[in-house]
Amino acid sequence: MTGIWVAVLVTAVGCYALKLTGLTVPRSVLNNPRVRRFAELVPVALLAALVAVQTFGAGQSLAVDPARLAGLGAAVVALLLRAPFLVVIVVAAGAAAALRALGVA
Amino acid sequence: MTRNTSGPAARSSRPGEPAASRAAARPVRDGVALGLAVGTSGLAFGAAAVGSGLSIAQACVLSLLAFTGASQFALAGSVAAGGSLIGGVAGAILLGSRNALYGLRMTGLLEPRGPRKLLTAQGVIDETTAVSLAQPGAASARLAFRATFATLYVTWNLSTLLGAYGAGRLGSPQSLGIDVVGPAAFLALIWPQLRAGRTERAVGLLGAAIALTATPFLPPGVPVILAALAALAGALATPAPEPPAPEAGPVPAEPA
Repeated sequence: MTGIWVAVLVTAVGCYALKLTGLTVPRSVLNNPRVRRFAELVPVALLAALVAVQTFGAGQSLAVDPARLAGLGAAVVALLLRAPFLVVIVVAAGAAAALRALGVA
Repeated sequence: MTRNTSGPAARSSRPGEPAASRAAARPVRDGVALGLAVGTSGLAFGAAAVGSGLSIAQACVLSLLAFTGASQFALAGSVAAGGSLIGGVAGAILLGSRNALYGLRMTGLLEPRGPRKLLTAQGVIDETTAVSLAQPGAASARLAFRATFATLYVTWNLSTLLGAYGAGRLGSPQSLGIDVVGPAAFLALIWPQLRAGRTERAVGLLGAAIALTATPFLPPGVPVILAALAALAGALATPAPEPPAPEAGPVPAEPA
């Protein structure tokens, strides 16, 4: 529990420091087109990686959890139907929960 | 969830423009609407955090102090994975690095000085940047920033508390599908980017592939950081077409 508190506080300080850095660093840093493009693409790469790891990861191994996979599939359908963020979340969790409750997955 | 196509607000950063007071209603309305809509997703974070093994207090402190959704979800995910917290923290902070880039853009508009800069910094995230840069002038951009920041901060923190508290009282996270909340939220957050272009899709797929490949060999959290290599590859393959004019140009807006 103490470890988690340290992680929470270090994350908070780090995230805040980055925000403050942005308001302080000279803008010329962004004049390099590759730096700028990298900055644009970083969230896509990292968040896609998180989606994959949280869907297929089980600690340090990979596993397929059918209910979780179905939940993510439901999220994709909701996104294709242009559902709002919160609806996407509820649909995904609901699909996984329903499959588990029915004992299907 | 919002995509702004241009940043007319960035054209002028001179304070005290006469047009600003006439246009005061819209920036506030825009900011409050987005703040309320996006802020409620704190419910999802609170539930996911507690389902991942954080306490209610830890979930709330994270929302109060870190106040950047993707990083918060990332840390909760790494706690759930049960591996190295150092990797989880590093991943969460790396995810927060885009706020630094927003700050580069916002500093000319907001012109924060002295102690006020310390408060302004906490509000520089996806949503406040998007709403501010969609405004027609620097003064209305500042108003929009404050309205979005205030509304989103209050809503995000209250809904984190509610979500965390609700998750604690509602039984097993697995049976509620809370383990799917994290990945579904991330997917929703990058969805507009994935739709935006071929490079974004390629970078997303490559990032996911890198992380999955590395998962059996590295402590949890680290594979996600490695996925930044996909962004590097994407940037080397397709650099931004031109350096940003300091006072104008589109800003990518993806929700936090």
